[in-house]
Formats: sequence, C-alpha cells, structure tokens
Amino acid sequence: MNAPAQGKQTSVDVAAHAADFPILARPVQGRRLAYLDNGATTQKPQAVIDAEARYYSESNANIHRGVHWLSQHSTDLYDRGRERVRGFLNAAQVEEIVFTRGTTEAINLVAFSWGRVNLKAGDEILLSGMEHHSNIVPWQMVAEQTGALIKVIPVTDDGELDMDAFRTLLSERTRFVGVCHVSNALGTINPVAEIVRQAHSVGAVVLLDGAQAVAHQAVDVQALGCDFYAFSGHKLYGPTGIGALYGRKALLDAMPPWQGGGDMIHTVSFERSTYAETPQKFEAGTPNIGGVVALDAAIAYVQNIGLERIAAHEETLLQYACEALASIPGLRFIGQAQQRAGIVSFVVDGIHPHDLGTILDMEGVAIRAGHHCAMPLMNRFGLPGTARASFALYNSHEDVDALMAGLHKARRLFGLEVERSA
Amino acid sequence: MNSFGDLRELYQEVIFDHNRRPRNFHAMDEATHHADGHNPLCGDQLTVYARVADGVVEDVSFVGHGCAISTASASLMTEAVKGMPVNEVETLFRDMHAMLTESHPDRDLGKLEVLSGVREFPARVKCATLAWHTLHNAITRARETAKTE
Repeated sequence: MNAPAQGKQTSVDVAAHAADFPILARPVQGRRLAYLDNGATTQKPQAVIDAEARYYSESNANIHRGVHWLSQHSTDLYDRGRERVRGFLNAAQVEEIVFTRGTTEAINLVAFSWGRVNLKAGDEILLSGMEHHSNIVPWQMVAEQTGALIKVIPVTDDGELDMDAFRTLLSERTRFVGVCHVSNALGTINPVAEIVRQAHSVGAVVLLDGAQAVAHQAVDVQALGCDFYAFSGHKLYGPTGIGALYGRKALLDAMPPWQGGGDMIHTVSFERSTYAETPQKFEAGTPNIGGVVALDAAIAYVQNIGLERIAAHEETLLQYACEALASIPGLRFIGQAQQRAGIVSFVVDGIHPHDLGTILDMEGVAIRAGHHCAMPLMNRFGLPGTARASFALYNSHEDVDALMAGLHKARRLFGLEVERSA
Repeated sequence: MNSFGDLRELYQEVIFDHNRRPRNFHAMDEATHHADGHNPLCGDQLTVYARVADGVVEDVSFVGHGCAISTASASLMTEAVKGMPVNEVETLFRDMHAMLTESHPDRDLGKLEVLSGVREFPARVKCATLAWHTLHNAITRARETAKTE
C-alpha cells in the first residue's frame, strides 16, 4: 500500500512507515513520542483504522445467517480474513484457523477443549520457564481438574531454554508441550522446530505461543510442525480483541467445543444438539467481524512491507540499542540469548524499573516496567521486574536516542552521574 | 539543575536521601505488631514492625524492597510515627491517604509533604501508600497482607 514493492528497502525506509501511524504524530507529556512498548501492543496504521471504520460504515451485518446481501457481504469479508490468516501462517487448510479474542483465549481453548479430554492423572504438561502467565495459568486450571502434572523447562543465565534439561524432562508421560516462540520478557527466539521434533518423538502435542513472534518474523506452521499456534492481532498492528488459533485439522476435529451458543451448532433440540464442523465449532456467538476485517488489513499491511525487511530493520535497531545501552554504567541486560527478536530487557543499578518508567515517560519515552506477566521468569533472575524496550517497524534510531537521553537523565536525577559535557 | 522540571515535584531530594539510606530499616525481634505489604504487579514488598506499649508506638521499623517512592515513603513514615500515640497514627494514616490520593488535608504534614507530588502521578500513588496501609494493618492487627494496587 505504502511501500514501494520493488527494490531493497533500507532500515530508514522501513522506519519511514511511521508516517502511516497517526498516533505517532501526537506529542506525549509535551514531547515527541518514542513508543517502545510494542511488546505490550503495537500502534495501528491508518489502513487498519480505515478498514475497521469502513466495515461499520459500509458492510456491517451478521454473518452466516442472513439471506440478505449485506449479510453475505459481511460473511465474505469474514471468510477472506480467515484465508488471509491461513496464508500468513502457511496453514494447509483454511479450516485450521479459529478466530479468538487473542492469544490468551486461543490457549484457553486448547487447554479446556483438548486438555480436559486428553489429559489424565499422572500425565505431564511441559511448559517453559519463560512463559507468559497466559501459557501457565490455563494449564494449572486444567491440571487441577485432570490430575496432570506441570513440569518446567529451565532457563539458562543467558535467557535461553536449557535444551539438555528439556530432553531429560521429555518422557512417555509428556502429553503436552507449551512454549513461547519468542519470549515477551527477554526477546529470546526459542528453537521451536527442534522442540516440536523432540516432543513429537514421545508423542506429545505442542502448542507455540506466537504472540511476540508474528510481527517480527515470517511463521510457517507446516515447516515448524507444531500442533497449535496462537497469536493476537493487536501485537501485529491490528485491533485488540481479535486473534487466532491454528490447530491441525485432525486434532481440531477430534476436540469437543468449549463454548456453546449460536454459530457453533448444526442442529439444536432440547434432547440433543449436534455441532458445526471445524472451525465454526469453536466460534460460538457472533464473532468480532470488524476485528477480523481489520486484522486482514493489518496482515496485508505487514505483508506489503515484508516481514523480512521488518525483521532486518528491528535487528538493526536492537544492535544499535544494545551497543548504546551497554555504555550506561550499572546497566545489566536480562536475557542475552544468541537468537533474539526486537526486545531488550534490562535493569539499572540504583534505580528501580518503575522509577525508570516514570522518568522516561516524562521524556515521551514509553517503555514497559515490571514483571511482563512472567513472574516465574522474574523469580528465576531474582528480580521484581525489568525495564523493557520493544521495537516495531516504525521505530528509528531517534527513538533509541530518546531512550538513552532519558536513562542518562534518570541517572542524573538519582545522583548517579553528573551533567555530561555536550 | 532545574532541567528536571515536573520530575522534581515527584522526586524531591529528601526522597532520594531516604531511598539511598532508609531509616529504621531492619527487622524487630521485640515487635508487638507486624504486617506484610505486597503489590505483586510492581513487585514492591515490605514488612512493617511496631512495638506498641500503653497506646504508644514506641518503636517502628521496616524491611523489604521497592521503588524509590515506596522505600522513601516507608522510611519517612517510620520517622514520623515513632513515639506517636496509636490514635494519632490512625489520624495521620487518613491524612496521608488524603494527601496522596485526593486533596491536601487541612493541616501541615511537615516533612511528609515531600510525598505530595505523587498525587499528580496516578500510576505511582500505590507505591507511596503501601507502607501506610501495611502499618495500619499491623496496628489494627489485620491479618491479611496489605496491597494498594
């Protein structure tokens, strides 16, 4: 849409897409906004905002039920969104894509549909030590109901998964393995294809939490070989309240519905109801149609720029940021994995992450300070939380420079350094 | 050194002093009252100890960890309430709560006024109030862990 399709784009060309994001033009705290909280949610390009507005202005009707023209039109848009997600993840069949509210709901779907039927006392659920709470708590709830046990793949000091320990933990009791593709707190890109291969060798089913991955690299679920893959639209330049679950067709077909209602049934009588086919079986009630239309636009937007280009740009920014941050006395990186996506997590001696967050905010620099919904991981590193800067396609070196200026200001305010000569 | 602007409203020099060198920062074996405070979302965690005799807080201390605002608030609190009758501590708790969250109380709160800038930073109010809620729980013998988030 906005990117020249031909030729190789430089990092600067990618960052020029900031102009597509209206919110980035507004000052915050009277300053130019340096939005570095993309791991929490990304901003939305005008194309996505327009797509959702246009849907409600021109196309709104309920799907799968009306004989009228608008209903059919709306259904077509919804189906087109599903096909867009299929292509985006390179799923084999469109029926393998279930729309959810986001990653959290997608994982809950697997836990409460697949998990409750397939797990029993003594079975083991293997999760990594760097999971977001959304890939821990649903499994604890299901473990409580089924008597299954949760085992944890340890995290090394560098913030990588201990793959030797993983292999040791795998056994014929392992029924399920749940791992994040990219860690939201550390940026670590996990060796998920290898994890899937090993897990399948003992017959375990594998879910990958792709929330932090899909905006930063091309994902191919067939190449990864995973059984389930979950992601959220709002971390991919789309709206909140829409996401998707990829599930292998044979698994989804064998799974019971987890919510009942309209749209997920075939026939209903008070004696017995029969259910719709996959994926409608898992989409009870009127779905977030406008969200699907906007997600379609968001994926089209990143596909148009190219995920490889976005990844290369974010890699450039990450390197620039890491080199700059390393010059700050008392700054310690949390997570130094070999393979990392555009996230840098750190602590600064003498300044609590929340104080850093407040001071940076006054400079117009938005970062995340806290435990990043990964309390077990923070405990692993013996920290209450970290400061996290996370990058998106629209970030530039200028944003990193603003972060650096803010960090020096925080250190001066805390009496940890004196005014620098210019 | 006025380049810090509004940040100085929140981070006054007294706050840095108490953050770097918190007063009464130790556990207390002879405490008659103690309570825990924990804001899990922030990670701020503290225990407040008090030795109360004849209706007077004869000694008070705390241990724990948190941001500069929560540590300084706890430290300043221990200085302020040491030797104070329990009923006056409760009045001060209400006045501090008002100063940090709503509007300034009628009376001057002395050195504790340095915390008044917190009110303009809604995300940080919970940091400043945690120690006070924890002390309140300790002296009213409430059993639950205090939290302000």
